[in-house]
Amino acid sequence: MSSILLAILVLGVLGGIFGAVLAFASKIFYVEVDPKQEAIRACLAGANCGGCGYPGCDGYAAAVAAGEAPTNRCVAGGAECAEKVARIMGVDVGASEPMVAFVPCSGTEGHAEKRFNYNGPKDCQAAMLFGGKSNKTCTFACIGLGNCVKVCQFGAMEIVDGIAKVNRAKCVGCGACAEACPKSIIKMIPASQKVMPACNNHDKGAKVMKMCDFGCIGCMKCQRECPADAIVVKDNLAVVDVTKCVQCGHCADICPRHIITYFGKRQEATAE
Amino acid sequence: MLTNIISISLGAILINNFIFSQFLGCCPFLGCSSKVETATGMGLAVVFVMGLASAICWVIDQYLLVALHLEFLQTLAFILVIAALVQFVEMFLKKSVPSLYSALGIYLPLITTNCAVLGVVLLNVQNDYNFLESLVYGITGGLGFMLAIVLFASVRERTEFSDYPECFEGFPICLVSAGLLALAFMGFSGMQIF
Repeated sequence: MSSILLAILVLGVLGGIFGAVLAFASKIFYVEVDPKQEAIRACLAGANCGGCGYPGCDGYAAAVAAGEAPTNRCVAGGAECAEKVARIMGVDVGASEPMVAFVPCSGTEGHAEKRFNYNGPKDCQAAMLFGGKSNKTCTFACIGLGNCVKVCQFGAMEIVDGIAKVNRAKCVGCGACAEACPKSIIKMIPASQKVMPACNNHDKGAKVMKMCDFGCIGCMKCQRECPADAIVVKDNLAVVDVTKCVQCGHCADICPRHIITYFGKRQEATAE
Repeated sequence: MLTNIISISLGAILINNFIFSQFLGCCPFLGCSSKVETATGMGLAVVFVMGLASAICWVIDQYLLVALHLEFLQTLAFILVIAALVQFVEMFLKKSVPSLYSALGIYLPLITTNCAVLGVVLLNVQNDYNFLESLVYGITGGLGFMLAIVLFASVRERTEFSDYPECFEGFPICLVSAGLLALAFMGFSGMQIF
């Protein structure tokens, strides 16, 4: 009987002591956290995508609370999140143009010439080891082994017909794919931008013709016909100036290679 | 004395490796071994906690439980000590060594439920180790755990890119490779040092 009592007593006292020590320690070792930081952290998307340029959501929340970071950097949370954070910090929201990823390549399976059949690991970086340009003849092409798919936290990337494709409805514009792409071909473009040439090849037209059924040959037709002078052929590749583009979509219609992509539903082009 | 320490260390790291021959701590071994970096973090945290737990539990055992003839309470008391200890260490690190705290991160609280930690303190009692021997057994046991988990993580990193039948995708191939690693470590069993 006495040993039962003793056992209860010993464990009870032991537990009591530990509890007291922990309670005491939590006071001594209390780390002061800016209440703003916690409030901001609660507003963020919580994906830890790193799109803001800080190590995870906690890092960004700490930077904002310290006044070191702008309030609209959380790309995953979007405008709603930026507004909440700005309200906590008591500053103006400021415009944060949502971005989306874009893969400027149209060299789908069967349309882009191949140097050899690649059977190695399913990894773009590994495929690049063969002369630094994968198995497609076009050195600017998407390899299509899905390093971007692996890093996308939002399921917005998929491989369709051998090249990466962005699901614009799911993309939050964190830019993780652009960073993961070993060829650095994935670009971040403003979500409001409707037209983009889906080619990245700077080679001369005749060479592109041989390598890919869809590559930009630098024919300058888009440059000549653009009503806003927003599209220019630079180094044998059409480039859209997003600040000038009026989103009319004319270039997409007239491109002889059909590589200028138009996103979303077409509005009647206003002829000016 | 020194030979004794060396034999305990080698025994804990290689011959009676906690994971591969005693099968303790298998849960974090499989859960935290997908990358070498995280495996190293987990390993370091285990070394740290096992060493501390061995020392403190030895004191509690000798001067409280044995003295009061309450040895049957060992398991219960040790769990209490380990849980409180891990909590305390976490708070201490957060305040004093934030860099180490962020490095160990989530692994520290996870260790509370790691059976290897409870195993090492119970084995200390079973083997009648003195204070120094307990401490050495705790730390080297942790090092053995770290060796195992880092080795296994590097194996897993490689299997990710290798060609194996699709039905082995994911956990199955992981368990198969863990089994092979354990077999390799079984080669040490029965060895005697000094």
